[in-house]
Amino acid sequence: MPPLTRLFIKTSLLYLVAAFGVGLLLTLRPLLSLPAFVNGLTPVYFHLFMVGWVMQIIVGVAYWMFPKWSKLLPRGHDALALATYWLLNIGLLLRIIAEPAQVVNAWSGWGWLIVLAAALQWLAGLAFVANTWPRVKEK
Amino acid sequence: MPRLSAWFVRAALVYFVLGFTFGGLLLANKGVPLHPLTWRLLPAHIEFLLLGWTVQLAFGVAFWILPRWNTKRGDVRPAWGTLPLLNAGVWLVVLAGWLNWPAWSMVMGRVLEAAAVAAFAWHAWPRVKPWVEA
Repeated sequence: MPPLTRLFIKTSLLYLVAAFGVGLLLTLRPLLSLPAFVNGLTPVYFHLFMVGWVMQIIVGVAYWMFPKWSKLLPRGHDALALATYWLLNIGLLLRIIAEPAQVVNAWSGWGWLIVLAAALQWLAGLAFVANTWPRVKEK
Repeated sequence: MPRLSAWFVRAALVYFVLGFTFGGLLLANKGVPLHPLTWRLLPAHIEFLLLGWTVQLAFGVAFWILPRWNTKRGDVRPAWGTLPLLNAGVWLVVLAGWLNWPAWSMVMGRVLEAAAVAAFAWHAWPRVKPWVEA
Protein backbone atom coordinates (compact mmCIF):
# COMPACT_ATOMS: atom_id res chain seq x y z
CA MET A 1 0.00 0.00 0.00
CA PRO A 2 1.17 3.57 -0.64
CA PRO A 3 3.11 5.38 2.13
CA LEU A 4 0.32 7.95 2.60
CA THR A 5 -2.22 5.17 3.14
CA ARG A 6 0.03 3.62 5.77
CA LEU A 7 0.26 7.00 7.47
CA PHE A 8 -3.54 7.41 7.50
CA ILE A 9 -4.19 3.86 8.75
CA LYS A 10 -1.52 3.86 11.46
CA THR A 11 -2.69 7.26 12.69
CA SER A 12 -6.29 6.02 12.68
CA LEU A 13 -5.27 3.06 14.86
CA LEU A 14 -3.71 5.44 17.38
CA TYR A 15 -7.00 7.35 17.54
CA LEU A 16 -8.89 4.09 18.01
CA VAL A 17 -6.73 3.21 21.01
CA ALA A 18 -7.09 6.79 22.33
CA ALA A 19 -10.87 6.60 21.90
CA PHE A 20 -11.04 3.46 24.02
CA GLY A 21 -8.84 5.15 26.64
CA VAL A 22 -11.12 8.20 26.78
CA GLY A 23 -14.17 5.90 26.87
CA LEU A 24 -12.67 4.11 29.86
CA LEU A 25 -12.03 7.44 31.58
CA LEU A 26 -15.65 8.48 31.03
CA THR A 27 -16.99 5.27 32.57
CA LEU A 28 -14.79 5.81 35.64
CA ARG A 29 -16.46 9.12 36.49
CA PRO A 30 -19.05 7.70 38.92
CA LEU A 31 -16.39 5.64 40.68
CA LEU A 32 -13.44 8.00 41.00
CA SER A 33 -12.89 11.67 41.65
CA LEU A 34 -11.51 12.80 38.29
CA PRO A 35 -10.38 16.26 37.14
CA ALA A 36 -13.19 18.54 35.90
CA PHE A 37 -11.92 18.56 32.30
CA VAL A 38 -13.03 14.91 31.97
CA ASN A 39 -16.63 16.21 31.89
CA GLY A 40 -15.84 17.90 28.58
CA LEU A 41 -14.59 14.71 26.95
CA THR A 42 -17.86 13.11 25.73
CA PRO A 43 -17.91 14.83 22.31
CA VAL A 44 -14.15 14.29 22.06
CA TYR A 45 -14.75 10.56 22.60
CA PHE A 46 -17.27 10.35 19.72
CA HIS A 47 -15.03 12.29 17.36
CA LEU A 48 -11.91 10.29 18.20
CA PHE A 49 -13.90 7.32 16.92
CA MET A 50 -15.72 8.81 13.97
CA VAL A 51 -13.18 11.34 12.66
CA GLY A 52 -9.90 10.02 14.05
CA TRP A 53 -10.55 6.36 13.31
CA VAL A 54 -13.49 5.77 10.90
CA MET A 55 -13.05 8.75 8.59
CA GLN A 56 -9.27 8.55 8.57
CA ILE A 57 -9.20 4.84 7.69
CA ILE A 58 -11.74 5.50 4.91
CA VAL A 59 -9.59 8.32 3.52
CA GLY A 60 -6.49 6.13 3.62
CA VAL A 61 -8.12 3.12 1.96
CA ALA A 62 -9.95 5.23 -0.65
CA TYR A 63 -6.63 6.88 -1.60
CA TRP A 64 -5.19 3.41 -2.10
CA MET A 65 -8.06 1.45 -3.70
CA PHE A 66 -10.32 3.82 -5.66
CA PRO A 67 -10.05 3.79 -9.47
CA LYS A 68 -7.04 5.64 -10.81
CA TRP A 69 -7.59 9.29 -11.75
CA SER A 70 -5.23 9.16 -14.76
CA LYS A 71 -1.93 7.62 -15.82
CA LEU A 72 -0.15 10.84 -14.91
CA LEU A 73 -1.93 11.31 -11.57
CA PRO A 74 -3.07 7.81 -10.56
CA ARG A 75 -4.13 8.84 -7.04
CA GLY A 76 -4.95 12.45 -7.78
CA HIS A 77 -2.93 15.31 -6.35
CA ASP A 78 -0.72 14.01 -3.55
CA ALA A 79 -0.49 17.55 -2.15
CA LEU A 80 -4.26 17.50 -1.57
CA ALA A 81 -4.08 14.10 0.12
CA LEU A 82 -1.22 15.29 2.32
CA ALA A 83 -3.13 18.50 3.10
CA THR A 84 -6.10 16.32 4.12
CA TYR A 85 -3.86 14.44 6.56
CA TRP A 86 -2.33 17.48 8.23
CA LEU A 87 -5.45 19.64 8.31
CA LEU A 88 -7.54 16.80 9.72
CA ASN A 89 -5.07 15.80 12.39
CA ILE A 90 -4.03 19.28 13.51
CA GLY A 91 -7.72 20.26 13.63
CA LEU A 92 -8.72 17.17 15.58
CA LEU A 93 -5.83 17.43 18.05
CA LEU A 94 -6.67 21.11 18.59
CA ARG A 95 -10.24 20.12 19.35
CA ILE A 96 -9.14 17.39 21.75
CA ILE A 97 -7.20 19.98 23.75
CA ALA A 98 -9.37 23.09 23.44
CA GLU A 99 -12.86 21.64 23.92
CA PRO A 100 -12.30 20.14 27.39
CA ALA A 101 -10.01 23.05 28.33
CA GLN A 102 -12.88 25.46 27.69
CA VAL A 103 -14.93 23.60 30.33
CA VAL A 104 -12.41 24.30 33.10
CA ASN A 105 -10.66 27.49 32.01
CA ALA A 106 -12.28 30.85 31.23
CA TRP A 107 -9.55 32.04 28.80
CA SER A 108 -11.39 33.35 25.73
CA GLY A 109 -8.65 32.02 23.45
CA TRP A 110 -9.93 28.47 23.85
CA GLY A 111 -13.08 29.47 21.99
CA TRP A 112 -11.09 30.77 19.04
CA LEU A 113 -8.90 27.67 19.03
CA ILE A 114 -12.09 25.60 18.76
CA VAL A 115 -13.15 27.75 15.78
CA LEU A 116 -9.74 27.15 14.22
CA ALA A 117 -10.09 23.40 14.86
CA ALA A 118 -13.47 23.44 13.10
CA ALA A 119 -12.08 25.36 10.12
CA LEU A 120 -9.06 23.07 9.71
CA GLN A 121 -11.15 19.88 9.80
CA TRP A 122 -13.69 21.36 7.37
CA LEU A 123 -10.87 22.25 4.95
CA ALA A 124 -9.51 18.71 5.33
CA GLY A 125 -12.93 17.37 4.32
CA LEU A 126 -13.03 19.60 1.24
CA ALA A 127 -9.50 18.58 0.23
CA PHE A 128 -10.47 14.90 0.55
CA VAL A 129 -13.59 15.31 -1.58
CA ALA A 130 -11.74 17.39 -4.20
CA ASN A 131 -9.14 14.65 -4.58
CA THR A 132 -11.60 11.73 -4.44
CA TRP A 133 -14.53 12.91 -6.59
CA PRO A 134 -12.74 12.57 -9.95
CA ARG A 135 -11.70 9.02 -9.00
CA VAL A 136 -15.31 7.86 -8.63
CA LYS A 137 -15.63 6.52 -12.16
CA GLU A 138 -17.84 3.95 -13.82
CA LYS A 139 -16.02 1.14 -15.58
CA MET B 1 -16.39 0.58 -10.32
CA PRO B 2 -19.93 -0.34 -11.44
CA ARG B 3 -22.51 2.36 -12.10
CA LEU B 4 -24.48 1.73 -8.89
CA SER B 5 -21.31 1.95 -6.77
CA ALA B 6 -20.40 5.24 -8.42
CA TRP B 7 -23.86 6.62 -7.56
CA PHE B 8 -23.64 5.39 -3.96
CA VAL B 9 -20.16 6.87 -3.50
CA ARG B 10 -21.00 10.19 -5.16
CA ALA B 11 -24.10 10.54 -2.98
CA ALA B 12 -22.00 9.61 0.06
CA LEU B 13 -19.47 12.34 -0.77
CA VAL B 14 -22.26 14.93 -1.07
CA TYR B 15 -23.57 13.93 2.39
CA PHE B 16 -20.02 14.04 3.69
CA VAL B 17 -19.62 17.68 2.60
CA LEU B 18 -23.01 18.63 4.08
CA GLY B 19 -22.47 16.71 7.33
CA PHE B 20 -18.92 18.00 7.75
CA THR B 21 -20.03 21.57 7.07
CA PHE B 22 -22.77 21.28 9.70
CA GLY B 23 -20.27 19.71 12.09
CA GLY B 24 -17.83 22.55 11.49
CA LEU B 25 -20.54 25.11 12.24
CA LEU B 26 -21.60 23.24 15.39
CA LEU B 27 -18.02 23.04 16.65
CA ALA B 28 -17.29 26.67 15.84
CA ASN B 29 -20.52 27.62 17.62
CA LYS B 30 -19.19 25.90 20.74
CA GLY B 31 -16.09 28.08 20.63
CA VAL B 32 -17.69 31.37 19.67
CA PRO B 33 -21.52 31.40 19.69
CA LEU B 34 -22.78 32.10 16.16
CA HIS B 35 -26.57 31.81 16.41
CA PRO B 36 -28.98 30.01 18.79
CA LEU B 37 -30.45 28.04 15.88
CA THR B 38 -27.08 26.48 15.03
CA TRP B 39 -27.82 23.61 17.42
CA ARG B 40 -30.73 22.58 15.20
CA LEU B 41 -28.11 21.29 12.75
CA LEU B 42 -27.07 18.51 15.15
CA PRO B 43 -29.62 15.81 14.07
CA ALA B 44 -28.82 16.47 10.38
CA HIS B 45 -25.07 16.37 11.16
CA ILE B 46 -25.49 12.91 12.70
CA GLU B 47 -27.94 11.57 10.09
CA PHE B 48 -25.92 12.78 7.10
CA LEU B 49 -22.61 11.45 8.42
CA LEU B 50 -23.75 8.11 9.85
CA LEU B 51 -26.27 7.03 7.22
CA GLY B 52 -25.75 9.34 4.24
CA TRP B 53 -21.95 9.08 4.30
CA THR B 54 -20.73 6.04 6.21
CA VAL B 55 -23.47 3.50 5.45
CA GLN B 56 -23.91 4.61 1.85
CA LEU B 57 -20.15 4.49 1.19
CA ALA B 58 -20.02 0.98 2.69
CA PHE B 59 -22.89 -0.12 0.40
CA GLY B 60 -21.20 1.38 -2.64
CA VAL B 61 -17.88 -0.31 -1.96
CA ALA B 62 -19.53 -3.61 -0.95
CA PHE B 63 -21.55 -3.71 -4.20
CA TRP B 64 -18.29 -3.17 -6.08
CA ILE B 65 -15.94 -5.62 -4.32
CA LEU B 66 -17.97 -8.47 -2.81
CA PRO B 67 -17.38 -11.81 -4.59
CA ARG B 68 -19.27 -12.34 -7.86
CA TRP B 69 -20.37 -15.30 -9.99
CA ASN B 70 -17.91 -15.05 -12.89
CA THR B 71 -18.62 -11.41 -13.69
CA LYS B 72 -22.22 -11.29 -12.46
CA ARG B 73 -23.37 -9.69 -9.23
CA GLY B 74 -26.58 -11.70 -8.93
CA ASP B 75 -29.94 -9.98 -8.56
CA VAL B 76 -29.00 -6.28 -8.52
CA ARG B 77 -32.58 -4.97 -8.29
CA PRO B 78 -32.69 -4.87 -4.46
CA ALA B 79 -29.34 -3.04 -4.43
CA TRP B 80 -30.64 -0.48 -6.92
CA GLY B 81 -33.76 -0.12 -4.74
CA THR B 82 -31.55 0.68 -1.77
CA LEU B 83 -30.36 3.94 -3.35
CA PRO B 84 -33.72 5.81 -3.52
CA LEU B 85 -35.05 4.22 -0.33
CA LEU B 86 -32.03 5.21 1.77
CA ASN B 87 -31.80 8.74 0.41
CA ALA B 88 -35.54 9.38 0.71
CA GLY B 89 -35.38 8.07 4.29
CA VAL B 90 -32.45 10.26 5.28
CA TRP B 91 -34.06 13.42 3.90
CA LEU B 92 -37.46 12.60 5.38
CA VAL B 93 -35.95 12.13 8.85
CA VAL B 94 -33.93 15.36 8.59
CA LEU B 95 -36.73 17.50 7.13
CA ALA B 96 -39.31 16.12 9.59
CA GLY B 97 -37.07 17.29 12.43
CA TRP B 98 -36.24 20.68 10.92
CA LEU B 99 -39.75 21.58 9.79
CA ASN B 100 -41.59 20.06 12.76
CA TRP B 101 -43.57 17.70 10.55
CA PRO B 102 -45.92 15.23 12.29
CA ALA B 103 -44.20 12.39 14.18
CA TRP B 104 -45.36 9.77 11.66
CA SER B 105 -43.25 11.41 8.94
CA MET B 106 -40.08 10.71 10.90
CA VAL B 107 -41.30 7.15 11.50
CA MET B 108 -41.87 6.85 7.74
CA GLY B 109 -38.30 8.04 7.16
CA ARG B 110 -36.97 5.37 9.50
CA VAL B 111 -39.14 2.74 7.75
CA LEU B 112 -37.62 3.76 4.40
CA GLU B 113 -34.10 3.54 5.86
CA ALA B 114 -34.83 0.12 7.36
CA ALA B 115 -36.26 -1.09 4.04
CA ALA B 116 -33.13 0.21 2.26
CA VAL B 117 -30.83 -1.67 4.59
CA ALA B 118 -32.93 -4.85 4.34
CA ALA B 119 -32.91 -4.62 0.52
CA PHE B 120 -29.14 -4.28 0.46
CA ALA B 121 -28.70 -7.19 2.87
CA TRP B 122 -30.99 -9.26 0.58
CA HIS B 123 -28.71 -8.50 -2.35
CA ALA B 124 -25.39 -8.93 -0.53
CA TRP B 125 -26.15 -12.09 1.49
CA PRO B 126 -25.46 -14.67 -1.29
CA ARG B 127 -22.34 -12.77 -2.36
CA VAL B 128 -20.69 -13.40 1.01
CA LYS B 129 -19.11 -16.63 -0.17
CA PRO B 130 -15.71 -18.16 -0.99
CA TRP B 131 -13.97 -16.71 -4.04
CA VAL B 132 -13.78 -20.12 -5.74
CA GLU B 133 -17.08 -21.95 -6.00
CA ALA B 134 -17.08 -25.65 -5.11
